[in-house]
Amino acid sequence: MSLTARVRNWLDERFGWKELTEPLREKTVPVHRLSHWYFLGGITLFLFGIQVGTGILLLLYYRASANEAFESVQYIMTRVQFGWLVRSIHSWAANLMIFTAFAHMFSVVFLRAYRKPRELTWLSGMLLLFLAMGFGFSGYLLPWNTLAFFATKVGTEIAGQVPVIGHSLMVFLRGGEEVTGATLTRFFGFHVAVLPLLTTLLVVIHLALVQYFGMSVPPGVETRWKASPAEARTMKFFPTFFLRELMAWYIALGVLGALAALSPWGLGTKADPFASAPAGIKPEWYFLFMFQTLKLIPAKVWFFDGEVLGILVFGVAGLVWFLLPFFDPLGRGRGRRMVLGAGIFALTYILAMTVYGYVAK
Amino acid sequence: MWRNKLATTFAGPLLLLCLCAGTARGQAANTCVDCHSFLDPPLQVTQEKFSADIHGQKGLTCASCHGGDPTKADLEAMSKKAGFRGKIERSQIPGLCGGCHSNTAYMRQYNPSLRTDQLSQYKTSVHGKLFAKGDTKVAVCIDCHSVHDLRPASDTRSTVHPLNVAQTCSRCHADAAYMKKYAIPTDQFVKYSTSVHHEALAVRGDLSAPTCTTCHGNHGAAPPGVDSVQNVCSKCHVFQDQMYEKSSHRVAFQSASLPGCVVCHGNHGISHPTDAKLGTGPEASCMQCHKPGDKCDQARAKMLSDLGRLDKAIQDASRVLGVAESSGMEVSAAKLEEDQARDALTKARVTIHSFKTELVEQDIQAGLKIAAKTQADGETALGERNYRRKGLGFSLIAIVAVVLGLWLYIRQIEPRST
Amino acid sequence: MQTGESPQVKPKRRRLVGFLLGGGLFASIVAFFYPILRYLVPPAVPDLGGDEVVACKTGELKPNGSKIFRFGSRPALLLLTAEGEYRALAATCTHLSCTVQYRSDLHEIWCACHNGLYDLSGRNISGPPPRPLENYQVHVRGDEVVVSRKRGA
Repeated sequence: MSLTARVRNWLDERFGWKELTEPLREKTVPVHRLSHWYFLGGITLFLFGIQVGTGILLLLYYRASANEAFESVQYIMTRVQFGWLVRSIHSWAANLMIFTAFAHMFSVVFLRAYRKPRELTWLSGMLLLFLAMGFGFSGYLLPWNTLAFFATKVGTEIAGQVPVIGHSLMVFLRGGEEVTGATLTRFFGFHVAVLPLLTTLLVVIHLALVQYFGMSVPPGVETRWKASPAEARTMKFFPTFFLRELMAWYIALGVLGALAALSPWGLGTKADPFASAPAGIKPEWYFLFMFQTLKLIPAKVWFFDGEVLGILVFGVAGLVWFLLPFFDPLGRGRGRRMVLGAGIFALTYILAMTVYGYVAK
Repeated sequence: MWRNKLATTFAGPLLLLCLCAGTARGQAANTCVDCHSFLDPPLQVTQEKFSADIHGQKGLTCASCHGGDPTKADLEAMSKKAGFRGKIERSQIPGLCGGCHSNTAYMRQYNPSLRTDQLSQYKTSVHGKLFAKGDTKVAVCIDCHSVHDLRPASDTRSTVHPLNVAQTCSRCHADAAYMKKYAIPTDQFVKYSTSVHHEALAVRGDLSAPTCTTCHGNHGAAPPGVDSVQNVCSKCHVFQDQMYEKSSHRVAFQSASLPGCVVCHGNHGISHPTDAKLGTGPEASCMQCHKPGDKCDQARAKMLSDLGRLDKAIQDASRVLGVAESSGMEVSAAKLEEDQARDALTKARVTIHSFKTELVEQDIQAGLKIAAKTQADGETALGERNYRRKGLGFSLIAIVAVVLGLWLYIRQIEPRST
Repeated sequence: MQTGESPQVKPKRRRLVGFLLGGGLFASIVAFFYPILRYLVPPAVPDLGGDEVVACKTGELKPNGSKIFRFGSRPALLLLTAEGEYRALAATCTHLSCTVQYRSDLHEIWCACHNGLYDLSGRNISGPPPRPLENYQVHVRGDEVVVSRKRGA
């Protein structure tokens, strides 16, 4: 008996390893021409794992205070062996993760994987995306450089424009009226404790839901398969799909390594709260479409404050998007057309505004 | 304590009353502006304009200079009986202003640290000397300081604020028609506007940088004589002065009555000196007097090549550091050191004024040493970059092997049923 | 349509797959864990300081002595006056950004580039410098002389 088999036996004798892993071994993945979109969620999960790993490594040397944050990151980049690699991978993987999460979301929209009974999967996924953006926003400030400092200032300022609770929200985020060392401490806490906890919980829920419902088959393929069941094809999750996913992870690793080695994440200059803001302050790219929209809205629309109006519109749009499955529970007819239209609009709008934000001064 | 206070409270107005009849702080009625607000210029003076004037702010009134009785109305206010003087003739102006401004006791009440020698200085100036000969076209007090809205020199809106002085002087000195009878050039302002001094003052906002009055004096304005040029420049360029003082050029220029610094650098249009000044091209200074091939020409060539050598070494190091930085390497420490190499170059350029090749050589060597070190640091950084790329190459090979292996393995285990 | 390949894969190919997977996995694990292990080794210098820098140890400077140290990304000057008082100032001349030095013979701070002079409080007193040097705070903590930026009001 091989060693692995002995270990498996040992586990099986104690708490029924076979029954526990039964669902995974039985799990299948539908095979059709759109199957490769199934990999995105897994890649996002893998990148999240990378973030946890590199994040823990960074914690060994990072110091969360306005006095030392910048220097400690500089220290990691220059003095610690392979510190540049760990930090660059952390920064690059963060961006790739948000990107794959967005791609995953849009693939779900266009393949209509959100429809009944997977509404809860969608909701938990959307919450995860918000958390990922929270990670991005809080992590961006931690090196305490000029650009991050002012981007945070602008970002929390926008949060402060939310009607009624805006000011309290801003004070809560900043830990005071201004962006200071207190903000850094807070963001650090969010970034390494609050968000990871919530994310881990939600990831477990999200995965459990995916496991419970199985992979969604796009409605078009589904009807064809119903008509002629012989055409329906699946592959086993273990090992074939998993090995493919592993390939994707390796490729992602290669891309990360190349990005980190060829274009290490820059550091900028240390934030000086008393300096005037440099020109061309821009948030991270995944906030850019919102930032650019708010910039384009005139100061006064009718008798509403332009910025408040923009925030309200984004709030309502976000809520509608969040509740997307409930507008199209069946994935066909009028609801389907509505969601498809909304999806295409959202994708085009985000792409166009992001590009515009980069090109515009 | 309170007695002292009381004394000053009373003594102030009392003194004022004695010295300048009709003026007192907070005098309420001033009928002059009732009419003069509505007259056409030059007779127009509004209350608003005069309240921007330092004299107005200190409680002086129209009557303080023009006489008359501002408490009365119309022509009664401007009667001879009330001591009305009307328009002050240009020939009277220095005397009138000096009446108060040369009076130390009087001026002390307002600004004890203000100088009171303006009039006596003025009399020594080119302006003042011509004025004494009856020439009223020359500048008198109000031409530079303006009138009725006269602000102290510390006010940025003042015509004599350092940033505005050149403009103020140029009102006459750049006017060829106006200056015709004096037969002096009128291109000083144009030249100065292109100079390194103007750039320091107006562009960089360094208020200690020189404007017209810094070299020519203000109330005693006159061109510095040939012998005093060096002294004037050395007020700021101390180091150059020390070097030059001990150099062979000082003796040579002095005996030839040449104006020191100006010989090479010019006067109003002093541009930022470049190393080309030591060359043989159109910007060069040396070869105007020296002959090609002589001892001095050789020294010149040596100093020029030394400067060029260090400059190039710094640029090379800087290029390496730039490449390293743009490929993401952290080289801030080396960049900090690079500044010191630049310091050495700056210092060597100052040392040129000693005209001693061995002194220049010392600075150059110090700079070259630092430049070599930063260059080495940059190359180390580039080495580190290449190390990273090799590491990346290794991991990529491993990754490709795994991906390929997985792909083949999947094909192996996958049932190939159609 | 790929058919006809026998389910019995050729042993040669099986070996290749084994080599690629085994070798690749081993090499990639080395490539991942080698940097991490190196990363865990603490560097010789414990930190780069911050807005607070240990400029030197007490006793390192003689009275009427000085040293240049790195403060953030710029050089700074620490000097011990003849009276035994520490002072720290930015060492970048306000004229053309040369690095200034303490002249023990003059008891003044001097810029070699254009002979700019500053007094010990950093006030520009002679030569071309247009502005004073920035002053830093100095504390003696145990045997360390700690320099920190002055807090804005």
